[in-house]
Amino acid sequence: MPSQPKVAMDIPAGDTMRQTTCYICACRCGINVHLKDGKVKYIEGNRNHPVNKGVLCGKGSAGIMQHYSPARLRAPMKRVGPRGSGQFEEISWDEALELATDWLGSVRKKDPRKLAFFTGRDQSQSLTGFWAMQYGTPNFAAHGGFCSVNMAAGGLYTFGGAFWEFGDPDWDLTKYFVLFGVAEDHASNPIKIGIGKLKARGAKIVSVNPVRTGYNAVADEWVGIRPGTDGLFVGALIHELFRTEQIDLDYLVRYTNAPWLVIDAPGTARDGLFARDASGNPLAWDTAKGGLVNGKAAGITPALTGRRDLPDGSTARPVFELMAERYMGGDYTPEAVEDRTGVPADQIRRIAAELAHVAFQEEIVLDRPWTDWAGRRHDKMIGRPVSMHAMRGISAHSNGFQTCRMIHLLQILLGSIDSPGGFRYKPPYPKQTPPNLLPHGASGDIKPEMPLGGPHLGFPHGPEHLLLDDAGQPSRLDKGFSWDAPMSAHGLMHMVINNAATRDPYGIDVLFMYMANMAWNSSMNVPGTLDALTAKDDAGNYKIPKIIYSDAYYSETVPFADLILPDTTYLERWDCISLLDRPISEPELVADAIRQPVVTPDRNVRGFQEVLIDLGARLKLPKFVNEDGSPKYPGGYPDYIVNHERKPGIGPLAGFRGADGEDSCVGAPNPDQLDKYIENGAFFGLHMAPEHAYFRHANRGYLDWGIEKGIRMSAEPTIFQLYSEPLQKFRLAAQGHGDRQPPERARDRIRAHFDPLPFWYPPLEEQAVSGYPLHAITQRPMHMYHSWGSQNAWLRQITAANRLYIHDSVGAQIGVVDDDWVWLRSHLGRVKCQVRLMEGVNPLTVWTWNAIGKRKGAWGLDDDAPESNQGFLLNHLISELLPAGGGGYRYSNSDPITGQAAWFDLRVAIEKADGAGETEPRFEPLGHASQPPSPRKLAFGRSFRKART
Amino acid sequence: MTSLPACTDKKLGLSIDLDICVGCQACVTSCKEWNTGGYSAPLSDHDPYGADPSGAWLNRVHSFEVSEPGWARTLHFPRSCLHCESPECVTVCPTGASYKRTEDGIVLVNPDTCIGCKLCSWACPYGAREYDHDDGVMKKCTLCVDRIYNDTLPEEDRVPACVRACPTGARAFGDFADPDSAVSRAAEERGGFDLLKEFGIGPVNTYLPPRRGPAAQANPHQPGHPATSPNGARVAPLPASLAKPGGTLEKLFAWADRALTR
Repeated sequence: MPSQPKVAMDIPAGDTMRQTTCYICACRCGINVHLKDGKVKYIEGNRNHPVNKGVLCGKGSAGIMQHYSPARLRAPMKRVGPRGSGQFEEISWDEALELATDWLGSVRKKDPRKLAFFTGRDQSQSLTGFWAMQYGTPNFAAHGGFCSVNMAAGGLYTFGGAFWEFGDPDWDLTKYFVLFGVAEDHASNPIKIGIGKLKARGAKIVSVNPVRTGYNAVADEWVGIRPGTDGLFVGALIHELFRTEQIDLDYLVRYTNAPWLVIDAPGTARDGLFARDASGNPLAWDTAKGGLVNGKAAGITPALTGRRDLPDGSTARPVFELMAERYMGGDYTPEAVEDRTGVPADQIRRIAAELAHVAFQEEIVLDRPWTDWAGRRHDKMIGRPVSMHAMRGISAHSNGFQTCRMIHLLQILLGSIDSPGGFRYKPPYPKQTPPNLLPHGASGDIKPEMPLGGPHLGFPHGPEHLLLDDAGQPSRLDKGFSWDAPMSAHGLMHMVINNAATRDPYGIDVLFMYMANMAWNSSMNVPGTLDALTAKDDAGNYKIPKIIYSDAYYSETVPFADLILPDTTYLERWDCISLLDRPISEPELVADAIRQPVVTPDRNVRGFQEVLIDLGARLKLPKFVNEDGSPKYPGGYPDYIVNHERKPGIGPLAGFRGADGEDSCVGAPNPDQLDKYIENGAFFGLHMAPEHAYFRHANRGYLDWGIEKGIRMSAEPTIFQLYSEPLQKFRLAAQGHGDRQPPERARDRIRAHFDPLPFWYPPLEEQAVSGYPLHAITQRPMHMYHSWGSQNAWLRQITAANRLYIHDSVGAQIGVVDDDWVWLRSHLGRVKCQVRLMEGVNPLTVWTWNAIGKRKGAWGLDDDAPESNQGFLLNHLISELLPAGGGGYRYSNSDPITGQAAWFDLRVAIEKADGAGETEPRFEPLGHASQPPSPRKLAFGRSFRKART
Repeated sequence: MTSLPACTDKKLGLSIDLDICVGCQACVTSCKEWNTGGYSAPLSDHDPYGADPSGAWLNRVHSFEVSEPGWARTLHFPRSCLHCESPECVTVCPTGASYKRTEDGIVLVNPDTCIGCKLCSWACPYGAREYDHDDGVMKKCTLCVDRIYNDTLPEEDRVPACVRACPTGARAFGDFADPDSAVSRAAEERGGFDLLKEFGIGPVNTYLPPRRGPAAQANPHQPGHPATSPNGARVAPLPASLAKPGGTLEKLFAWADRALTR
């Protein structure tokens, strides 16, 4: 045979390598970006990075195409045609910023409420929120309200932590892992690495999900539950634990409010509140002493059962007893829930038995001494190696808050929260519960040219913390923290545009948005939203008079804005992923990170945060200017990152603080801080002592260390609130107690849903409509999760059109096979789409990949792209308002407690459509003359090719 | 027609664990990303923003459902060149552009002598070869031959790009000629199988089958992958049922009525 050709084996990955943080999704992995001749050549995971530990997902590995997308915006633009026409004129940054300053400044002088500032992607919320606070508008939030506030609020009100970046399963020790409602979503690489670990050790993975794809496909057991019924399933598991007496009573007594006494005085203003002593401490009954004691005290021997007399003559019962009654009752037996959930009673009983077996018969004992909150030394850490994770499948229902609480209750009954093998906090969690951060923005707090008294978003403890005006009406445009959504800890971004256009509760002057595709896949009821964006008053003026929008790409939302502030790609920007916001910590590591520009923009674009700081100075917002009115951060965003202090010694970044860069978490600003981050791979990590690594809600060493490091506010332990008193306070108001009263229309709704013990109720849409026998849900494909990948030339070759996945039996019933067209109908409208049949889906559920469907003219795609002609959105079927109930008022299609958008409550009917054709509805193509044409072919990498032989 | 070496010193290839692959496409795009700037540069894309986007890829993942009585799941199936021991794609090559390397068994295409006749793509039963319309030559998995021996990369990175990226650790790279290599041992212990064995062309890459329940696995992860964790013990088998009979509130309360200290 001929001699083999010589292959060059010594070509480096590039001539330069720079490290930064990925921004394609919310995962925030560390990346090594290899450049050659100034061009991005190869992106790989950073092996030292705490989030991804070297690996990189399908999106991150396609980052080159994200960065070089033809859909990138090129310069600031001013709208010159009607909204939606896509007719823009390029303007200079000076003109753009002057215009924005003019619009924003005049609003601030008159009525700061008339600015609504909402950001989609929220990795810089500590800055954007701070800016909005200095501006003085109450109308600020990020996308959490339509994403996963139920998970955050459900967890924080219960145990001071939550799923997603607030905690993680103990991947290295857990033996039994239950994954609820996680499709391809939060979190990307950490879950994948974790699943690899579980598989290596032979831990059992149970997936509870209507759809068996992705992570659910590799689970050892699939529970193909009906959407929105997880609370019944979990309730039945709890029922079984109570019935078989397999509950960690010691754990409950030590760490929870299970022994606290709840006043039983129906009809009075104290009913359902905790019995308290004169100092306000909750009371428990001490069996040794035979009397009432402070339920928070160490060393007491509290009773978990028994009605007790209180000094005022009323009686009270411990939380445990109320809880047992609830779950031992007939509503939660496996037989009672099997029809509704679609999960056989035998399967529920077996899973409950397996959970209990692993928790109690296979406990983990670590020879690791630690000290509890009361100063008592323990020589071992006992672990219950059962862990759980849940995300949008729980969150995106109108019963998601209570269901999320119930999942945490299940973990707590098994003794697994922050125990070895269980679900672990990630610092700065745990926080106190209920969280001690209150919302700000009640009407009395809003004054022209004055900052707000505190941060917008928080956690009300009762009606006294609602944000209302003098007439009891919502202070916020999105009706957050009003009686419609009292605990809306992340706001309701999904209501902003429609509320603004209908001027309910009031109209605004300027809508300012960042990186949120609200004219398309991030809104419910897209046609209605487009109407709202273009609606005019009798004088012919837009009802939302001015819209400022910042995005990096020509999305469907860009043509509806009046002023475009073009953002950079993720490789061209500074950022900080801060402990003040959503950090990247791991359970045993306090961590944060930066982005640095690894390439220089070749367009006239600026990072949004850079622009926001500039605007802050131009508007003379208090904390953005010096006393003489000069900009406080003349060096822009990097200057802010390094020198801003939220409190003395605490700034956006925790690492390398102090003059010598040796301080962690707390310390003076260090001018060399960013260089230190870059040297360290664009992140910082502070390990915690092994004895601080578990039971942190009650670990004296950790609590003290946390205060020292500024990540913990209170030296008191976090006591798990199985019974949530703040909920009861709202319920009492609905029953007529107290001076802050809900409107009559809201009384029943609050009475019904604000149950202090988690319970299940049917999703609100299904209570209100009939004739729609199927559930319809969405997920993102892993290679596009939490990102808009359609302009990515590589990713769209994998998925350029979506199908509606239906169960084989549904296909047989309506007589369709793969690729046939169907009409899908909801109470709002109908969508025409193509089907694909499958077995691994709950028979009453249809689903599709979300956000594949695109509007013509957007994202640099041709008009005949499959995304626009076969790709479709379910958003067109989802109403932002529930059907009118009694009295005609229409509530938002959201969780009545948190305001979480109830995307997955959608009910539909399906029928075969005649013939072939294209998806419907389709919308007029968006003009895009300001954008360059997209190339007909790509040969990326040709310039890197060497002579081959 | 092109001849094959009588034997190769090594049999380098991939072990792909179908029990772990979640279909995330990381191996697909990381492959494209490395190779469009590497030995196979460029991997062209046609109509990238239009009606029918298509390009040259060296690795693809197919997702489909499989079911047997009492067992069903979605399977994510990564597909790339299997670097066969008797690759017919090589023997049909009229110019010698396709060849199997004697030192490691990697099947490569020499782009300087490939005439783009596509005979090899007809010969390969796995559909692993792709014609690059822009470049006019065949492209295929090289096992990242320009990475695995590349002294300019850190030693731990001298693995194919797909293995470097795979978040779950479903892919591992090694020498199947060495019975003690991690990939050989995993194939042995997990019942690794040859794809389309009946063709008799001796694929080197091995697929590890999905498991029928939780069981610890035999080190298929690439050494150094974050999923290779030292912690944790094997998990004991789960009981069929521990359900206790009865169950009333009174009984529960009696059970909970004990001295518990906070």
